[in-house]
Amino acid sequence: MFQTLAVRKAQGTQYIADLRAAQPSGFRGKPVIATDACAPNCRACADICPSNAIQLNASTADAVAIDLGRCVLCGDCAPVCPSQKISFNNDVKLCATTRRGLVVSAAHPNIDPIAVSAALKKRFGRSLKLRSVSAGGCNGCEMEVNAWGNVNFDIGRYGIDLVASPRHADGIVLTGVVNRNMMDALQIAWQAVPEPKLLIAVGACAISGGVFAESETLAREFMDQYPPTLYVPGCPAHPLTFISGIMDLLGIAG
Amino acid sequence: MTHTPRQAWAQVDLKTFPLLSTSELVAQCIQGLEANFVLISWFGRAALATEPAGVVVTAVLLPPGQPLVLLRGHAQPGAHYPSLTASFAGAQIFERELWEQTGLVPDGHPWLKPVRYEGARQGRMGEYPFFKVRGAEVHEVGVGPIHAGVIEPGHFRFMCHGERVHHLEIQLGYQHRGVEALLLKKPPQHLTPLVESMVGDSAVAYAWAFNSGLESLTNRPVALATIASRAIGLELERLAIHLSTLGGLATDTAYLQAAATYGRLRTAIINASQRACGNRFGRGWIRPGAAAPIGEPLRQDLLATLAAFLPDFVQVNTLMRSSRSVQARFQGVGTLTTQAALDLGVTGVVARASGVALDLRHSLPGAVYAAFAPAAHTETSGDCWARMSQRMQEAQASAQWLIDRLADTALNLADTPAPFAPLAPSAPGGCSGGWSLTPQALCVSLVEGVRGPVLLALETDASGQLAHAKVQDPSLANWYGEAFALRGQAISDFPICNKSFDLSYCGNDL
Repeated sequence: MFQTLAVRKAQGTQYIADLRAAQPSGFRGKPVIATDACAPNCRACADICPSNAIQLNASTADAVAIDLGRCVLCGDCAPVCPSQKISFNNDVKLCATTRRGLVVSAAHPNIDPIAVSAALKKRFGRSLKLRSVSAGGCNGCEMEVNAWGNVNFDIGRYGIDLVASPRHADGIVLTGVVNRNMMDALQIAWQAVPEPKLLIAVGACAISGGVFAESETLAREFMDQYPPTLYVPGCPAHPLTFISGIMDLLGIAG
Repeated sequence: MTHTPRQAWAQVDLKTFPLLSTSELVAQCIQGLEANFVLISWFGRAALATEPAGVVVTAVLLPPGQPLVLLRGHAQPGAHYPSLTASFAGAQIFERELWEQTGLVPDGHPWLKPVRYEGARQGRMGEYPFFKVRGAEVHEVGVGPIHAGVIEPGHFRFMCHGERVHHLEIQLGYQHRGVEALLLKKPPQHLTPLVESMVGDSAVAYAWAFNSGLESLTNRPVALATIASRAIGLELERLAIHLSTLGGLATDTAYLQAAATYGRLRTAIINASQRACGNRFGRGWIRPGAAAPIGEPLRQDLLATLAAFLPDFVQVNTLMRSSRSVQARFQGVGTLTTQAALDLGVTGVVARASGVALDLRHSLPGAVYAAFAPAAHTETSGDCWARMSQRMQEAQASAQWLIDRLADTALNLADTPAPFAPLAPSAPGGCSGGWSLTPQALCVSLVEGVRGPVLLALETDASGQLAHAKVQDPSLANWYGEAFALRGQAISDFPICNKSFDLSYCGNDL
């Protein structure tokens, strides 16, 4: 009894009161691309990128573009750039509702803010039940999805929960590359979710295949067939990235 | 130090290394196993274009108190050989994998089924040939690949007699991403982010194993401070994953106070990792020749975090261990005896919970763990309770080890090349140029990750290109231990057994 109380006292109050304002210390998050010109014929950043996330258009003023749908936030491009054009800040607000919206460059430094969907807000704004499916994941994003509901992030406070059955769910949280060995199970789980439903792609693997995009084990027809409602970049996606994105999409005041 | 401590890697020159016949290879392995060598791995690859057709097989053995031993053999395409499993059950999964990847047939193997449905077998998960039990009151329960919680996919087939599990068969492969093939597609000095994504909760262990192999093949030994920083990243990772498992064990027994507390404590640790390397899972901590430098403010920060962490961790462990309902749920459930653990060749934390004192941080310590050995601990009962206690003890030892190392300013933890220090494109260090590999060499490197030995084997061809890469997670050997521990238990014991083993699905599936 006294031991229980002592542990409870040590636990204190852990929840982050203002999730939108939270800025994780040290997080290697959004890439920032400076306007300086590239060194002639330099491809150092694109060559070292493990997931082909960097597009070079040397002929234009906006020479370097990073696709956060592919980027794993590894940071390896920053030190190899002789012009020191690339750095990373701790911004977690990386979500987008379109695939094209995930590309940042010097001319387009911020991801477009997510507009509140009136339809989604009306239907799911106070209760959103999600089923997690890992299809060729590495347990990184899966652990971060688990953290959404822990004592720090506590998204349950907004009625967002992960549920056991797809039949109880309003949508699927997809992590992993979508590989041949899981594609049938993913399809069955998706079909078991009643309409209307949404797909949330969490992490670079789910969005693009990430560092595994060139593997012959991938079978991503599912992604072509069912475009995600929300893209949540990262490797793994930081809990606050998802939380800020879903709060914006559903118009949750916070 | 008067002698070089045993390193956790072994490199051989393949130009002169003996290539045995399969029967000689099997005979020498059995001889080693009879002398209490540990079979760390047994794997193969198709012959290169420059070699005679067939399969080259590598055995990795750890003799007690000695450096790693490598053996190599050659087999004709599709050859049969006398199964090691017939005399040593612990070889079963390695021989299955060798058969799945190369077609070599171990004669006398009782359980020759695909490990992960790779290559041409992809997408044929429905064809798995489960064992069948027949008889009155016999029934089967199939669970997965998708489970109720947020967890990786795998299929569990319980063959039950009434409420009792007669046998559990575990079918894996659902996370297969073809990581070994991908390692051959890019320059090796650019591969660390891929390696960190193989098993995302063991990113530091994998990155360290891979980079120590790369550094050995390029003959670029790293500074003591670099090794020390890597060990600090690794122990933080060990601590974080043990906390995650303990939280899961509390959740699975509906012991919510401990679950909430472990969740809070784990957050403090992974956020500390993030402040050191930019990522909560240790990604970016290790790069070729480099590791996160721990300068004075960060050292103080990590010390303060751990000093606040440790008493709270000990307190909640004591509370959880004193709970009668936790005791009733875990004690005597899911037992893997010491003999079974030895016979089945299980490894890492699972083996230690069954009384097998095998930890690479002691047997192949390298410079830092040799000078500063973490406290060793084993349990004896081999049940869910032992695996919970083992994790508590190992996590506590890691936290204390971290505090001691971080307090030791003589380690000069800032004195390491940093992963993200800007480099001229032609500079010979860091992630840029100058990483030409020794031709025709094989390097097998190991790191004691949170679950046990993580193995990366890198082999180069005559031109110094990577010709083959083998990745092995400790879970590969341990999944069968879990299936075995379920025998005679109730189906309702499965969640706590599964969580107490806490094995990696993606590490098995690659």
